[in-house]
Amino acid sequence: MKHLRGIPELGVEGIVRILNLADHMVEVNRRPVPKVPALVGRTVVSLFFEDSTRTRISFETAAKRLSADIMTFSVSTSSVNKGESLRDTIETVSAMGVAAFIVRHKTSGVPWQVSQWTDASIINAGDGWHQHPTQALLDCHTIRTELGRPATEDCLAGLRIAIVGDVRHSRVARSDIQAFTALGARVVVVAPRTLLPPEVHTWPVEVTSDLDSVVADVDVVYMLRMQRERMSEALVPDLGEYSNRFGLDHARAARLRDECLVMHPGPMNRGVEMLVDPADLRRSVVTRQVSNGVAVRMAVLFDVLGDTNPEVAS
Amino acid sequence: MNAREVNTLNIVGGRVIDPTTDADGRLVDIHVVDGRIAVIVEAGGALPSADSVLDASNAVVSPGFVDLHTHLREPGREESETIETGSRAAALGGFTAVVAMPNTDPAQDSRAVVEFVREQGRRAGLCEVVPSGCITVGRAGEQLVPYAELMKSGVTLFTDDGNGVQDPLLMRRAFEYSSDLGVTMAQHCEVSRLTAGAVMHEGSCCSHLGLPGWPSIAEELMVHRDIELVRITGGRLHVLHVSTARSVEMIRAAKADGLSVTAEVTPHHFTLDDESLRSFDPVFKVNPPLRTMADIEALKAGLRDGTIDAIATDHAPHADHLKEQPLDTAPPGMLGLETAFALSVGELGMDLRSVLACLSWNPARIAGIADRHGRPVAVGEPANLAVLDPGVGWTVDRRRLASKSRNTPYEGRSVTGRVRHTVLNGRAVVIDQVAQR
Repeated sequence: MKHLRGIPELGVEGIVRILNLADHMVEVNRRPVPKVPALVGRTVVSLFFEDSTRTRISFETAAKRLSADIMTFSVSTSSVNKGESLRDTIETVSAMGVAAFIVRHKTSGVPWQVSQWTDASIINAGDGWHQHPTQALLDCHTIRTELGRPATEDCLAGLRIAIVGDVRHSRVARSDIQAFTALGARVVVVAPRTLLPPEVHTWPVEVTSDLDSVVADVDVVYMLRMQRERMSEALVPDLGEYSNRFGLDHARAARLRDECLVMHPGPMNRGVEMLVDPADLRRSVVTRQVSNGVAVRMAVLFDVLGDTNPEVAS
Repeated sequence: MNAREVNTLNIVGGRVIDPTTDADGRLVDIHVVDGRIAVIVEAGGALPSADSVLDASNAVVSPGFVDLHTHLREPGREESETIETGSRAAALGGFTAVVAMPNTDPAQDSRAVVEFVREQGRRAGLCEVVPSGCITVGRAGEQLVPYAELMKSGVTLFTDDGNGVQDPLLMRRAFEYSSDLGVTMAQHCEVSRLTAGAVMHEGSCCSHLGLPGWPSIAEELMVHRDIELVRITGGRLHVLHVSTARSVEMIRAAKADGLSVTAEVTPHHFTLDDESLRSFDPVFKVNPPLRTMADIEALKAGLRDGTIDAIATDHAPHADHLKEQPLDTAPPGMLGLETAFALSVGELGMDLRSVLACLSWNPARIAGIADRHGRPVAVGEPANLAVLDPGVGWTVDRRRLASKSRNTPYEGRSVTGRVRHTVLNGRAVVIDQVAQR
């Protein structure tokens, strides 16, 4: 595959291919020396127009374990702040001989715009409220491995997954919903109307604002991060009310099924959406998501760049 | 002008369609002397000889078009357009007059700036540039502009285009104060508190793309407010670039109530919808945003039944480097002057005469220039004319447009309807799709 920009253009076959590759990468990561020469000599540039140390480090770890050369384009010191157009920036960096850009931007669509201006592959590390495909892939990988399911097109079939919180402003929710439903899961989103996207009836999900009505009846509870700046936009009255209605507290946690997974894309807002310590939960897989993130991003980098020597990684 | 320099021009073999003819028009030859139509005979009849002759055979001769909504960018943003390059685009599009929007830098809120814009238009000599004035000083929405003062410079249309006037008290006063001056308040209807950060129409498409939405209600609230203010003040309202079905309904009802309300629609709002943004190409970012197919149908119906008086381009040039930015920072706006006729003829399903009314004589009346544009093609009338090939197809090529910018959303599109010649004050400024200056 040339690019990984969004879940829809990856398709269910692509998702399954990445999940299978991720199993290999998990095995690589367990080795005493977790490094393979799969991408020796390939230059990867992480182009983070929006700060995200966690995602950037996850990608950089993945690239290094595949022996790629990874450069970081630091926006704060770049010409982006000097009136250069996005196109100029991409064409300039591209001219240095780049195999792939890992792009993070606060605005939806930038990975698609960027791909018009370079021959390099584009990997979307999060664009606006739109897509965060590697997050969705690592979430799928986490769920199916935790449940011991093989990487197949219906590996999430029969599952009901609750996504709780600010769906409107969440690229994680958009990509997860597409990936989970593509693999056969049913999704229920739980949020007040103000934090739901417009025309949510066109989404392939159930909708409710009553978390208590679903906690006891789902296989996964996926808590989204609640950003404090939403308060100033009158989207919720205050954080206390939000926590009361949509936070995972002890009472709700006690009603979860024994095997129900609890997930969060990080960073967590303790005391807002997470009122319990994940360590106290039977099946919190939040740190597993982070470690799986490296394996899944290795799989994505290999899928995008490693097609010339596929045997090296295995 | 030197008195010996008598200019004569013949336009032969064309079918005239104007406010006085029926939809079929009549075949005539036209003789123009010094800017005015001097002789009209049946096609093939005896006509005095002239310095130059324009072939209008198989073509339609119409009063030149009038654009109520053109951004010429001068003064202030000459990297994107100048009055000369914009005038050339206008002439090539069949326009003999354009209303220059006042969001220049400095803004058109003083006689000095207004006179400068008009004079630059004269210097370019490709179409009449009719400056509009601001409703509020600096378009800041705080203090009224001296309307009567600007009227001395020929301004009859006032607008803060790009911004709606948010303050209802100020807008009430603007309508009241202007109501006995005979001028028009042209509103960019947008309640800005509802559109902060908006990139595209708020609907299912924006929902999936994760882009901040510009809800229809933000336009409709201001359309409603201003219609009601007109009702109590006796002011005159022109609604700029109507984009939603509900706005059309409200304007229809206001007209039925006999209020002084007129409206325009842009070609892009009746030919493109919000699905265009799936490409994430900022060329499709425009304010108000491209709406839905249901809105497009309502806009077309509004044009057909006369609820919407005029087709206006909202020609908004932006240099490439400004548009090659993320969707939130790229400025809104698209080119329109050179494609307006083709899109109107080709995509509305209206008879040609009705299209010409919306492009020429209706907007001429709203712009307050009906004494010289949108006139009947008759002896004694000023020769501001367009010669048109309504059935001829062509392909939009951004590199061949005359505008200084290239941000057309129609790149590569096959369209039908071409402008052959344009005549301004008796001079051919466009001959066979080529600008003469």
